[in-house]
Amino acid sequence: MLEIKNLVAEIEGKRILDGLSLTVHDGETAAIMGPNGSGKSTLSYIIAGKEDYEILDGEILLDGENILEMEASERAAAGVFLAFQYPLEIPGVATMTFLKAALNAQRRAREETELTTPEFMKAVQDAAAKLEIPRDMLKRALNVGFSGGEKKRMEILQMALLQPRMCILDETDSGLDIDALRIVSEGVNALKSDKRSFLVITHYQRLLNYIVPDTVHVMANGKIMRSGGKELAEELEANGYADYKAQEAA
Amino acid sequence: MAEVATLKTPAETALADLFARSKSLLPGDARSREDAFHRFAEKGLPHRRVEEWKYTDLRALMREIAPLAEKPSEAGVARALSVESVFAAAEPATIAFVDGHLATADAMPAGVTAVPLAVALAQGHPLLSKLGAVSDAEGNAAYALNAAFMTDGVVLHVTGAVDRRVALRFVTAGAQPVATATRVLVVVEPGAAISLLETHESPHGVAHQPNSVVEFVVGDRAKVAHVRLNANGDKALALSTLTAHLGGEVAFGSRNVVAGSAVSRHQVWMTFAGADSRGAVRGATMLSGDQHADTTLVVNHKATGCESRELFKHAIDGRGTGVFQGRINVARGAQKTDGQMMSAAVLLSEEGTMNNKPELEIFADDVQCAHGATCGELDDDLLFYLMARGLPRPEAEALLIESFLGEAVEEGLDDEVVGEALMGVVEAWLAARG
Ligand SMILES: Nc1ncnc2c1ncn2[C@@H]1O[C@H](COP(=O)(O)OP(=O)(O)OP(=O)(O)O)[C@@H](O)[C@H]1O
Ligand SMILES: [Mg+2]
Repeated sequence: MLEIKNLVAEIEGKRILDGLSLTVHDGETAAIMGPNGSGKSTLSYIIAGKEDYEILDGEILLDGENILEMEASERAAAGVFLAFQYPLEIPGVATMTFLKAALNAQRRAREETELTTPEFMKAVQDAAAKLEIPRDMLKRALNVGFSGGEKKRMEILQMALLQPRMCILDETDSGLDIDALRIVSEGVNALKSDKRSFLVITHYQRLLNYIVPDTVHVMANGKIMRSGGKELAEELEANGYADYKAQEAA
Repeated sequence: MAEVATLKTPAETALADLFARSKSLLPGDARSREDAFHRFAEKGLPHRRVEEWKYTDLRALMREIAPLAEKPSEAGVARALSVESVFAAAEPATIAFVDGHLATADAMPAGVTAVPLAVALAQGHPLLSKLGAVSDAEGNAAYALNAAFMTDGVVLHVTGAVDRRVALRFVTAGAQPVATATRVLVVVEPGAAISLLETHESPHGVAHQPNSVVEFVVGDRAKVAHVRLNANGDKALALSTLTAHLGGEVAFGSRNVVAGSAVSRHQVWMTFAGADSRGAVRGATMLSGDQHADTTLVVNHKATGCESRELFKHAIDGRGTGVFQGRINVARGAQKTDGQMMSAAVLLSEEGTMNNKPELEIFADDVQCAHGATCGELDDDLLFYLMARGLPRPEAEALLIESFLGEAVEEGLDDEVVGEALMGVVEAWLAARG
């Protein structure tokens, strides 16, 4: 279970999160929607352990343990995974080398045995096949020269391989074509289990037709302004965020 | 004697004394040695007010002059060569030098002959007329000192396509600091090809002073792949010079990996004398502690249609200092020259320093030349991305440094075994960094 309690965070003196609280239960799929610049990516970075932010208040508990003191790599080993809104290109690092290093680093951190090369190859190829990622992409440097949609697929491949228990998807749908959206969503749905939780950040109802959320949260002005079921996403699609912006101004 | 009048510092006086004592014992024509020493003595040890030595003040760095190394005993040779070479997996035909003297030599593969330099000097070997083909180096202090003191080395005459790698291994051994001066002349006949590996090794904790010069004279349509590794000990002061005189339609590549020495200076003069040649010079330098490494490069485009690519990478940890001075000269008439020079440094600590000085001097109008220099820290966003996937910080850093250096170490090498051996050196450095 992920519990975020009264999180207050700033960057360069600018307050981005302003008392945000949110709980995602085991097995739950929660969606976050909210206007541009409302702090959704910031929230996802803070959960994953990016260090650029000043945390002024609050805590983030994963199964009751405060993860704010942990390095990003420790959080990953504890099961936190962020599929980036903008995946980074890492020139000179072969995708396979990176995937193996990541998987084995996590296994070491959890005191599990490392995968042998054949085991690893099979795991990658199975996951790649499901996401219709061509093999030659795996031979290239990580994300370098990948199209926007290919990068997003590669994020989900990593998620499938690393089997995290808290999956945060930051606008994974943006940049995906219609078929890719379906393929990626199926990939995500295949990972659903009663132990694994998802936090899905998106602007569009369409993704949520594929990855059906249990809860939908509206984020604006650095907090969760409203929470509801999946019908809330439909309402937002129809009405936009005018209500929430007005609410703050009042 | 002119030199006595101009040489003032104790180190310079010691060099003059050393030369006076040694010259009659060194092989070959004493006269050309005297001329060379004279060229050195006119200016003495270069210091920071000499533009080309601005960042590497040899006068300050070379206060002690080590005695010239004597020829080692058989036991000394065996000891010095008991450690396996970094390039062992490449199974090269190896000529090994211990303390600057020829020690052991494998039979050379077809297409290349080797004559020990001491023998060549003593006999007045005709190929020696090719020494100094790149005349720009002549007045340079390190080059002139090497010319005055050169003790041994080898003349390689490449007459065909050599299908086995040739390695030159220079080991300076012993617990007392010594100076060595080795000279290698590689004459590559038109259409011939060679892959030459060069390593420089010495023990930690001893302030050896190796001074090495390698000169390539490359005929038309010939191919040269040259890889050099500075794996000297942490107290060594290593001076090295590479000159390359290229004919037409040549493919020449040289890369230098610096993983050792307290102070090193690697100088490169590459001259395009024939049309439509390609020359690529790369370098990767890893520094920590108080290490200082200088790469000074001059590329002379004197012919039309040549392409030069220079890429230098520095990873600087601790209080290390990196220097890159690179200059591309395009002579009048060297039209259609395509020259690109890039230096990139990554600073891994607060106290590291990088000095970059790239320059272009162009006297032809139809050319494409560019240079760039960057210096920065590891990218925090990339580090975060890797860490968010579970790589602990040291591993994430190592992966980024390895990929950063890899471009200069193994890319474009076209020799996987050698590339892997060099990346092994990078990995060892990263592992030692912790
Ligand atoms: N380094 C920074 N310095 C200053 N402001 C920043 C910095 N990084 C982010 N911000 C600001 O923080 C706010 C929240 O950004 P964030 O990326 O979290 O929004 P978002 O909700 O993900 O938006 P979108 O829907 O467009 O992806 C924005 O106003 C952004 O400009
Ligand atoms: Mg965002």
